[in-house]
Amino acid sequence: MGFVLSEKGFEKLIRHLSDTYRLYAPVLKPGEGRFTDTDVVRYDFVKDSAEIELSKKSDYSFKEILTPLSETLFYFTEQEMKEADADEQPVLVFLRNCDLHALRRLDQIYLQNGTSQDWFYNRIRRNLSFALIGCAESCEDGFCVSMGANKNVEGYLFSIDQEDGKFLFDVKDFSLLPVFADLGNEAEVTPRFVTENKVQVSIPETVPNSIYQNPIWDEYNTRCIGCGRCNFVCPTCTCYTMQDVFYTENGKVGERRRVAASCMVDGYTNVAGGGQYRKSSAERMRFKVLHKVYDFRRRFGYDMCVGCGRCDMACPEYISFPVCINKLNRAVKEGQIHE
Amino acid sequence: MSKLKNPYIPFSSRILSIIRHTQKEYTFRMEYKGEVIPGQFFEVSVPKYGEAPISVSGIGEGFVDLTIRKVGRVTDEVFEQYEGQSLFLRGPYGNGFDLSLYETGEVIVVAGGTGVSPVRGVISALAETTDAKDKHVIVGFKSPEDMLFREDLKEWSDKLDLILTVDGAPEGYDGKIGLVTRYIPEVPVRDVKNARAIVVGPPPMMRFSVKGLLEKGFEEKNIWVSQERKMCCGLGKCGHCRIGEKYVCLDGPVFNYVESKEMID
Repeated sequence: MGFVLSEKGFEKLIRHLSDTYRLYAPVLKPGEGRFTDTDVVRYDFVKDSAEIELSKKSDYSFKEILTPLSETLFYFTEQEMKEADADEQPVLVFLRNCDLHALRRLDQIYLQNGTSQDWFYNRIRRNLSFALIGCAESCEDGFCVSMGANKNVEGYLFSIDQEDGKFLFDVKDFSLLPVFADLGNEAEVTPRFVTENKVQVSIPETVPNSIYQNPIWDEYNTRCIGCGRCNFVCPTCTCYTMQDVFYTENGKVGERRRVAASCMVDGYTNVAGGGQYRKSSAERMRFKVLHKVYDFRRRFGYDMCVGCGRCDMACPEYISFPVCINKLNRAVKEGQIHE
Repeated sequence: MSKLKNPYIPFSSRILSIIRHTQKEYTFRMEYKGEVIPGQFFEVSVPKYGEAPISVSGIGEGFVDLTIRKVGRVTDEVFEQYEGQSLFLRGPYGNGFDLSLYETGEVIVVAGGTGVSPVRGVISALAETTDAKDKHVIVGFKSPEDMLFREDLKEWSDKLDLILTVDGAPEGYDGKIGLVTRYIPEVPVRDVKNARAIVVGPPPMMRFSVKGLLEKGFEEKNIWVSQERKMCCGLGKCGHCRIGEKYVCLDGPVFNYVESKEMID
């Protein structure tokens, strides 16, 4: 059911929701960008409607609530281990179409890959609900339409669109209907989504093994500096590394954490004794790109990349992921002709 | 929720005994009750230092053997432990070897260095089969000092066709010298189209051993290998061991060669 709220109504709605939920939303942080005098949009907990950034896409993804950059799993003393406590209060996450699609990818790995659900992921996940921020127009770097991640019809409690100073909501959660009815007027609302992006990609259906030796990857040896930003901002990257720390005051007590890992950063494939399975940036780029648009699909039936374009925004070397996908697609096509 | 078993929390396991093979390789016999298959692995956990995936080198009533090479932060710490003390474990993980595939017919096992650990249980089972004469095992170590499982090697050489070789040895050594690949052509196999093979060891050794077996006439589908990768969970979540669409911890570590030849890191 659709509703229209005034700015005042929206303000009241957020205040009402924050009684029940911790609200996790994109927030514009002026001056905190990567370069002097630039802003950044990061996720944070909010209490006030004015804090929520509804027009700009966040530079970092919402996934940090589910897979924090660093998460304490348990504490240990000499013979005992105790799981870290978690905040059990429900969280409402404000996110965009691409990100809601990304959620399915995160769930796929943490809840469905293998025989066991991830205990720590699950205990955060079950407390999360989602509010969909509609997209009035395509963002600059996104290619969500090509990836089929531009639209959602379910999976959210309500959607938000901002239009001429009014706020439009498509409310899916019945329990919230009286709240919206109190604050605004009923209306016909469809969450907005884009049907065209400036950036478009073509994904190869199958990729032959010969692509591993193709020279398309070579340029990344000189361009990529292996910083891993593309992975850390990606809403679908899930890798982590275990890390033990102990307290300097009492060396017998410590904690085990998992920290976000990047397949682009040196050390990702290192094994004890000095072995390393992917040494060059070109190999790592190939590994990442094929995972996003091929290998994940081979395992789960759909592509991992949602086309949010954050990797392009974050790359300090201006490496473009969609350009690489299109290059891959061309190389695969050319290979077919030669064969 | 908290009542559900959390697979990340390791359990404490007593060290029943320690066999010192070399200065850097010990077998820790760990207290363990439960189903385990040769080729599976445990995450050995030393709080403060981390975890390391270690394959099972022996399985028995109330225990598992873990043969550990002292090569890193975690394993250095494991070597500080004594009999009667405890280590933390999680597992077992991975698919392991399907023993029924190798019990009848001709089999070659090619294993190098600590790669002997995951197949030790398989070789011991082959030694007890009625056609043990058709079971050929090529085991290679760097030097005579690096040999593991000396007592097993003696027993295996009595029961099945064992070729024990070292890459190099000081003068006066009277055993076989040379890489395992050198001995693959010499193994007497009557029906090479149906014979089966297992290859486990360092990546280059596996690559050349498989090449040798294929040149000898082995069918790709009759060769199995065991892979080793960095792993942080063993549960299909951390991502480190993924190769293509496969996860070594879930789909392996044992792969048929038809599958593994398509797996490029």
